[in-house]
Amino acid sequence: MARYFVRRLFAAVVLVAVVSSAALLLTSVAPGDFASELFGSGVSAASIAAERARYGLDRPVASQYFDWIGRAARLDFGVSLVYHRPVAELVRQRAANTALLALAALLLATFLGLPAGIITGSRRRGLAVSAIRGASIVLLSLPSLITSLVLVLLAARTGWLPTGGMQSAGAWDGGMLAGLADLAWHLPLPVLAIALPLAAMIERVQSQSLGSVLKMPFALATLARGVPRSRLVWRDAWRPSVGPVAALYGFILGSLLSGSFVVEVVTSWPGLGRLMYDALRARDLFLVAGCAAAGSIFLAVGSLISDLIQAWADPRVRQRADERRAGAAA
Amino acid sequence: MRIAAAVALALIVLVALAAPALAPHDPGETYRAFLSAPPMRPHVVASTGAWRWPFVHPLKLVSRLEQRYEEDTSREVPLAFFSGGKLLRLSDERDGPWLPLGADREGRDALARLLFGARVSLGVAGLSTLAALLIGALAGGLAGFYGGLADEAIMRIAEFVLVLPAIYVVLALRAAMPLVLPSWAVFSLMAGIFGLVGWPWVARSVRSVVATERTRDYASAAVSLGAGPARVLFVHLLPASRGVIATQAILLLPSFILAEATLSYVGLGFPDTVPSWGSMLHEASNVNAIADSPWTLAPAAAIFLVTLAANMLVEETT
Repeated sequence: MARYFVRRLFAAVVLVAVVSSAALLLTSVAPGDFASELFGSGVSAASIAAERARYGLDRPVASQYFDWIGRAARLDFGVSLVYHRPVAELVRQRAANTALLALAALLLATFLGLPAGIITGSRRRGLAVSAIRGASIVLLSLPSLITSLVLVLLAARTGWLPTGGMQSAGAWDGGMLAGLADLAWHLPLPVLAIALPLAAMIERVQSQSLGSVLKMPFALATLARGVPRSRLVWRDAWRPSVGPVAALYGFILGSLLSGSFVVEVVTSWPGLGRLMYDALRARDLFLVAGCAAAGSIFLAVGSLISDLIQAWADPRVRQRADERRAGAAA
Repeated sequence: MRIAAAVALALIVLVALAAPALAPHDPGETYRAFLSAPPMRPHVVASTGAWRWPFVHPLKLVSRLEQRYEEDTSREVPLAFFSGGKLLRLSDERDGPWLPLGADREGRDALARLLFGARVSLGVAGLSTLAALLIGALAGGLAGFYGGLADEAIMRIAEFVLVLPAIYVVLALRAAMPLVLPSWAVFSLMAGIFGLVGWPWVARSVRSVVATERTRDYASAAVSLGAGPARVLFVHLLPASRGVIATQAILLLPSFILAEATLSYVGLGFPDTVPSWGSMLHEASNVNAIADSPWTLAPAAAIFLVTLAANMLVEETT
């Protein structure tokens, strides 16, 4: 198990290094740089050059890059050119906001999608099944961009929920509790926009997977022993059937980040996505790289968790991993 | 169900192709007196209660400040089929144009922009799908055919791309190019970027089909008859994967339409002057615009319809 973790950790470090380097290099080869974007046209070439020299942007890309790598290895991600604050500090704050959004959405999607999928997977027909099927194919066709726009329209028309932002001004003045309540009031709209399409995806996968598990001999044997079907489904069959959903989590993480980017832009949620977008447009090199690093850490941790869930849910996965390790050792 | 979905998709493509004849106006035409005008519903029952040939009440401005309009029920302007080269338009536009879906904030006909935007959005998505299919089928075919190191290398890259959040890759690649580009350049740039992000989905499914088909008798027969690797791959094995390729194409198309919409929504796609579903939605980036004129979300409904039809088509196939 320890070797497995070391290997995963190594893969994660490679992912983070590759993604953040690619982001940094891509941004630095892009036409225009921070200085030219800052001043726009109509500023003398001399003052742009001076600004460039101030941040070391006039040096060759390779030397800037190796400089950055050297510092990043010591967990110093540089200073944002726009905000004049350490990148690590900016990213940590925004990443926490995105993580809150993404985790809440993932939880909601799982709690909606998994039971729904177990219902549609265990029964052939019935009102509930057709209702869930219909809802899920509609939600599957409503990506976060559209869902969030429609929810913003509803919120603006009815006034039930705030149309954007993460907290009202001065919400934390009334104390911890008032602040949290305010946050909880701002949370449902963006979370729903991300969670609804995900819930539909989870429902589809869970439904198919449970359907195939129920066709297995052990399910038939359990039924033959006189165990009621509902008991079979909710006690024995659902656990081996969550493997595909857990595997889906590995892929969902990417769409979770994508979805949260869109929703952050639509509902002005101060998250990592907006920060990276603004940084990209302002050519704020180090901030772009820092955001990319944070995003890839998120991905690496997520895919590790997804693998662990798969191993927990299905003993065969564990066994296969053991065999592979034995094969590698031999 | 499946036929209905296929018909719906075909209809949408037809509508996009026939946009110049279907749209009542030119998508770039601005009507200064009708900024953010609401949709104008056709009526068939006159205020007297009698049935009429379909007509509309012209709009009159109630409040310039709030941009509020009301139907002028005292006047009726009948609609006319096939007048002036358009399918349906007002017989007389002296009191203002017919705006079936309202106008945007510049006073442009939203229906005309939606119809012409379908050409741009579907065009970009179609071209991107083609690019993704080409790269994906080639990469997946090679990986499945040769196996071993080539397989390992290609599929590792594919998995790497799959794990990354697509929209960030698209954003980063787009932002690495000049932000302001002529519209043909935006068009081809988007198609290229989307193709680069989408190919792994195709490659994965093509690879699995090719890898199993390669061991079948007909493939060995072709090899023993002296067919070279290229011939076996392109004439025998890739055609066998046409089913999964079609499925992937149907799934990729709506996601590329959405990608265009997202890019244009955040302002990195088509400019306002090029009507596309995304550049139309850009107007909806203002909460007040959504609340006061919900018809600016019409392109979102169009995207939903295309996605729903595609999902139903695939759902029934699998």
